[in-house]
Amino acid sequence: MMDWRALVSILLLEGGWNTVVVMVGAAALGFACGAVGVFTMLRRRALMADAVAHAALPGLAGGFLLGAALGLPGRTPPLLLAGAAVAAAAAAMLIDWLSRRPRVTEDTATAAVLAASFGLGIALLSIAQTLSTGGQAGLDSFLLGSTAGMLASEAMLTAALAVAVTIVLRLALPKLAAVAFDPPFAAASGLNVARLDLLVTALSLACVIIGLRIVGLVLVVALLIIPPAAARFWSDRLGVVVAVAALFGAASAYVGAALSAVLPDLPTGAVIVLCAATLFAISMVAGSARGLLPLAWGRRRRASPASGMPAAPRSALP
Amino acid sequence: MTTFLQIDLPALLGALLAALVCALVGNLLVLTRRAMFSDALSHVMLPGVLVAFLLTGSTAAPAVLAGGVVAAFVAAVLVHVLVRYGRVDPSAALGIVFTTLFAAGIVLMEQSGAARTSFDVHHILFGNLETLVWAGASGPGSLVDPQALALLPASIGHMALSLAIVAVVLYVLRTQLAVVAFDPVFAAASGLRVRLLDLALLAATALATVAAFEAVGAILALAMIVCPAATARLLTRRLDAQVRWSLAIAATSVGVGYAVAVLGPPALGFPIALNAAGTIGAVSGVFFIAAAALQRRDGVAIAGRRA
Amino acid sequence: MTETGVSAALSLSRDRAPLAVEDLSVVYGGQTALDRVTWSSPASGLLAVVGPNGAGKSTLLKAILGLVPTSGGRVTVFGRPVDAARDKLAYVPQRAAVDWDFPATVLDVVLQGMVRKIGLLAGYGRDHRERAHACLAQVGMADLAGRQIGALSGGQQQRVFLARGLARDAAVLLLDEPLAGVDAVSESVILRVFDALKREGRLVVCVHHDLGTVADRFDDVLVLNRSVIAAGPVATAFVPEVLGRAYGVPLAVT
Repeated sequence: MMDWRALVSILLLEGGWNTVVVMVGAAALGFACGAVGVFTMLRRRALMADAVAHAALPGLAGGFLLGAALGLPGRTPPLLLAGAAVAAAAAAMLIDWLSRRPRVTEDTATAAVLAASFGLGIALLSIAQTLSTGGQAGLDSFLLGSTAGMLASEAMLTAALAVAVTIVLRLALPKLAAVAFDPPFAAASGLNVARLDLLVTALSLACVIIGLRIVGLVLVVALLIIPPAAARFWSDRLGVVVAVAALFGAASAYVGAALSAVLPDLPTGAVIVLCAATLFAISMVAGSARGLLPLAWGRRRRASPASGMPAAPRSALP
Repeated sequence: MTTFLQIDLPALLGALLAALVCALVGNLLVLTRRAMFSDALSHVMLPGVLVAFLLTGSTAAPAVLAGGVVAAFVAAVLVHVLVRYGRVDPSAALGIVFTTLFAAGIVLMEQSGAARTSFDVHHILFGNLETLVWAGASGPGSLVDPQALALLPASIGHMALSLAIVAVVLYVLRTQLAVVAFDPVFAAASGLRVRLLDLALLAATALATVAAFEAVGAILALAMIVCPAATARLLTRRLDAQVRWSLAIAATSVGVGYAVAVLGPPALGFPIALNAAGTIGAVSGVFFIAAAALQRRDGVAIAGRRA
Repeated sequence: MTETGVSAALSLSRDRAPLAVEDLSVVYGGQTALDRVTWSSPASGLLAVVGPNGAGKSTLLKAILGLVPTSGGRVTVFGRPVDAARDKLAYVPQRAAVDWDFPATVLDVVLQGMVRKIGLLAGYGRDHRERAHACLAQVGMADLAGRQIGALSGGQQQRVFLARGLARDAAVLLLDEPLAGVDAVSESVILRVFDALKREGRLVVCVHHDLGTVADRFDDVLVLNRSVIAAGPVATAFVPEVLGRAYGVPLAVT
């Protein structure tokens, strides 16, 4: 069972240097992902990040094999990260190219790249598994995330990511807002929509790659999707939504990392996602701008009739 | 020969059945832009199957299949609630629901101790084609020996049954499903039960995914739902022809992928085999990319292949 | 005539009307799209539904067909609830609503009009195909039956949709802007089909944007702006005073 006292002391950063490093690193990651995720959500490209994260697997395995071939120690973090980044960027470009082909929808391109590249990753991983260099456990932690053995340098990397994301978004917010709201109008006003989209894609790629280590490639997309969706319930103003999303992301990752320090069996990624999901559920019910309770309350006060959604026949599949 | 019968044949058969049942449902999903929905479904199989296992204590087919189908319905309902009442963007709702359910599945798996019995993440994500073994095979004669055939892995029988069910359901509903896929509003105006037909498709998809999931893993299930149908879509402009092409492409992906996985590394001098499920998935993706690259301006990938 | 006599006569005519709506309201996300619409259609002929943008014209068609949730009121088709009379209705939705890259031929789409007339296991039979070809001939597209739908022009797409509606062999056709953005040839073909339908005693209900052509092409009109502004024969209902009320600005009808 859970040791509550231990959890509280860890949450208060009394868990020792290593735990503090991990929790601060995780919080920085959640912060960056939450802020960036608002823009991927508004551009309706949230699930592309999922494909890109899965596509990092062949890159990780490739980096591992390259390291083994060069005689480097089994798990060389820079090499793994570089491999993941290259593979993820290639996947993003592939999805983009495929979805511009006739009769290929973006949705199909995304799912196909996700599945095929993950398959390739599994195939490459099976080679890594047979090379009994003992470093394979390191690759495993990238699947579902782990904070065990996280280095201070890795935490510094996520902190740097959070700072960079804050600066870039602060500078580009008005332009990104215009593009997210009405791309043709933004283009007609002289904004370079393609370049701004690339900026968002690049930021979300960075979040995904750096997040692999902590949350894992199966679930890292949740940090880009859930906090922004939760934040949307609290405000209709973009700047506020970004701030709240960053805060929710940071809180989920911080608490999730603390919980997984107390319960060492649990993959960190899953715990962080459940924390974010809890915040989402609370927001959907209570969020001041679009939450269900405030809406119901406001509606009763305005005494306006109950609303029905504009609906063609509703589908059981979304 | 006996080695082939004992090890390769059951793996090939399992992969083939999984690929066919997935490709079959994939056609309508790809046409209605629901490919990522099947990605979500492949993830929620984990909690579904796990809860079924914890409730019944069995990993037998009925429990596993029921768990997977129920999980698919739960996911669909949750997505609907988020979109309808929370006004969440549909693709974001999908992402929220499947990551949350998958995370809950992982936590449940570790906390319940199931991880140390018959479940583990590798099996779920990567499949276990390699563990499908036909111990009863002693030579070519076993192929017609009922006693030996009875010793084929049970999951092959489950997949064959699932394939039969899905094929019959889709065949019976084919005209209605096609109308709903093309124009759901006209379908409803004509008096078709759109919601019921959608539920039938959802159930068929869930059955295909969970049957494949059991033998070849979640990711191969997704690859086989999306890639063959998406490739076939580029090869023909008729729905019936697309379905036939998708089945052929799925079968070819299995054959080529398995051959690459088993024969590829030894041919290059490495005494190992690649993970077959992963390789098959990657090969199906290569087919899709090749078809997209070879498309002519009028959108048909193979010259002269006009229906 | 006594008061009860009047209402009895009214309800009798309502019961016979192909389409009758009573107090129909539709609310979309807090916005009232239709507000207590009461109207009954003529027995046959060509009818235009006009009104400004957002007046609820398409919504009225969808509400009659039971495609949107209503928040009050009643719809009857030949005196019966719509679900009991679906085969009396054919709907021709807007072209933009579907994916024209869908793998289907022109004939496949027209056959969809008969999807309810085939058995559980049987596909479309020869008689269905013959009827589909006949409907295509009616819209002047007999030679394009095998064409991929993505390769059609906008006007041809509209004619295929009309043929699919014709294939339902319904007494009432409900069309959502069938003449919007179609070429001159398609337009004249569609109008010719309308006239044939009228001669056969069917009712054609069109959401229509082009006020300038209403008087030439239609017999009756329903002027809508969330509620009924006017309804009746074009000569009496389609007059400047009514349109000024519907559109909020004075409009001349020429």
